[in-house]
Amino acid sequence: MIDSGDTAFIIICTAMVMLMTPGVGLFYGGMVRNKSVISMIALAFVAFAVVSIQWVIFGYSLAFGPDIGGFIGGLDHFALNGVGLDGDGIPDILFMVFQLVFAGLTLAILTSGMAERVKLSAFIVFGLLWTTLVYDPLAHWAWGGGWASQLGALDFAGGTVVHISSGFGALAAALIIGKRLGFGQETMKPANIPLTLLGGALLWFGWFGFNAGSELAADGIAANAFVVTNIAAATGALTWMFASWYHGKPSSLGMISGAIAGLVAITPAAGFVNVMGAIAIGLVAGLLCYGALLFRVKKGLDESLDAWAIHGVGGFWGAIATGIFCVATIGGVDGLLYGNPEQFGIQLLDAVVAMVYAFVVTYVIALVVEKTIGLRVPEDEEYVGTDIAQFGESLL
Amino acid sequence: MKKVEAIIRPERLDKVSEALLGNGFHAMTVTEVRGRGKQKGIALQFRGKEIMVDMIPKVKIEIVLEDELVDKVIDIIRTNAQTGKNGDGKVFVYDIEKSIGVRAE
Repeated sequence: MIDSGDTAFIIICTAMVMLMTPGVGLFYGGMVRNKSVISMIALAFVAFAVVSIQWVIFGYSLAFGPDIGGFIGGLDHFALNGVGLDGDGIPDILFMVFQLVFAGLTLAILTSGMAERVKLSAFIVFGLLWTTLVYDPLAHWAWGGGWASQLGALDFAGGTVVHISSGFGALAAALIIGKRLGFGQETMKPANIPLTLLGGALLWFGWFGFNAGSELAADGIAANAFVVTNIAAATGALTWMFASWYHGKPSSLGMISGAIAGLVAITPAAGFVNVMGAIAIGLVAGLLCYGALLFRVKKGLDESLDAWAIHGVGGFWGAIATGIFCVATIGGVDGLLYGNPEQFGIQLLDAVVAMVYAFVVTYVIALVVEKTIGLRVPEDEEYVGTDIAQFGESLL
Repeated sequence: MKKVEAIIRPERLDKVSEALLGNGFHAMTVTEVRGRGKQKGIALQFRGKEIMVDMIPKVKIEIVLEDELVDKVIDIIRTNAQTGKNGDGKVFVYDIEKSIGVRAE
């Protein structure tokens, strides 16, 4: 039985989540150098387009088809076979496209690890392999009836599926593709901070659809998810800003990064925690992700735009924080803080497995693409910039 | 009095500027410019066709100073701007007739 209110709500949420993908593009585009802004934004759109097609042909089925050994879905829904206009509450085809926009966004986040140096052709091949071999199984584990959901792991809107996967994937990809030319010797000044702030605003806005929509109904849990999403983002923005203020200037880039860290961390918890839990989650996320960024810089890792520090580490924290702060009065499950350490154990296991799987498999995929068609542009192309070299366009 | 005008790689500006500062040369004017040298820019292969990127971003540093300091400044700029590859840039030296501060004295 289709509910028109729920359906209307999820259609709008889906459109909001779609906007997060170009949002990531603008967020990243503002942080790279002048010569790579266009290509950085374009990669997000390319990710979205590639995954859109993959998803309707077999990605959706791999994630949400009948369970095979707790690991992956079967191909029963190949080419959307049996995914129609009817459904439970919302049409099946709407659930499919709501999940599609998540999948597209996840690959867009991962472009951080290859910023300013990836070959477009190699990225398309990598993206197809990645979304098939990493994203689809993780989505199945959390939401499609796989082992994590059988175990009772909570992941409301994709802490493991979207954020741990893309964050640790970006780190693995960065290790294979190598540092940008001149990394560590030259200052790589961001091209346009307002562009990044605009991208961050679109992310914050879209995240309401991302988290509230994950309830798949217009009800109290959706409203709770909306509220805690905003609270965690605000807390993360302030704590990262204060932490960077302590180290020098309260940069706007730090403030918006903190907001995203808060949004990432609340994602798996949004349907299970109250406002006080959200404040705690956002507070730790702001400090922890800022610390992860400092650690990355100190180690000389060129995971250029910090998908690892923000999405990877923030997602990991969010997954275990869900097991700490969840309350039965909201999502029906108590966490560590309310006398249920078992849930914390399940969350920890889920997060660790997702992290290791995403890192290792991405590493192998990137290595295979590197050894066959090559992941990186030639040196002179990188010098003049991927905008002109890969897209034949330039900002100036 | 002379003016030293150096066209260098933009990514080397910070290094050059720090080295100049470290040697007591504070005053300079920097302009973002684009241009090409002897190699006529950079030729890239893209999907089977060649594209010529012939106006490459550079920065121009201008420093006006006493004659006897010119060689030292050129030396600092060259050591810090050099990569050994095409496109490292060029240094020019001009005669300056006068130098007048704008602020009233």
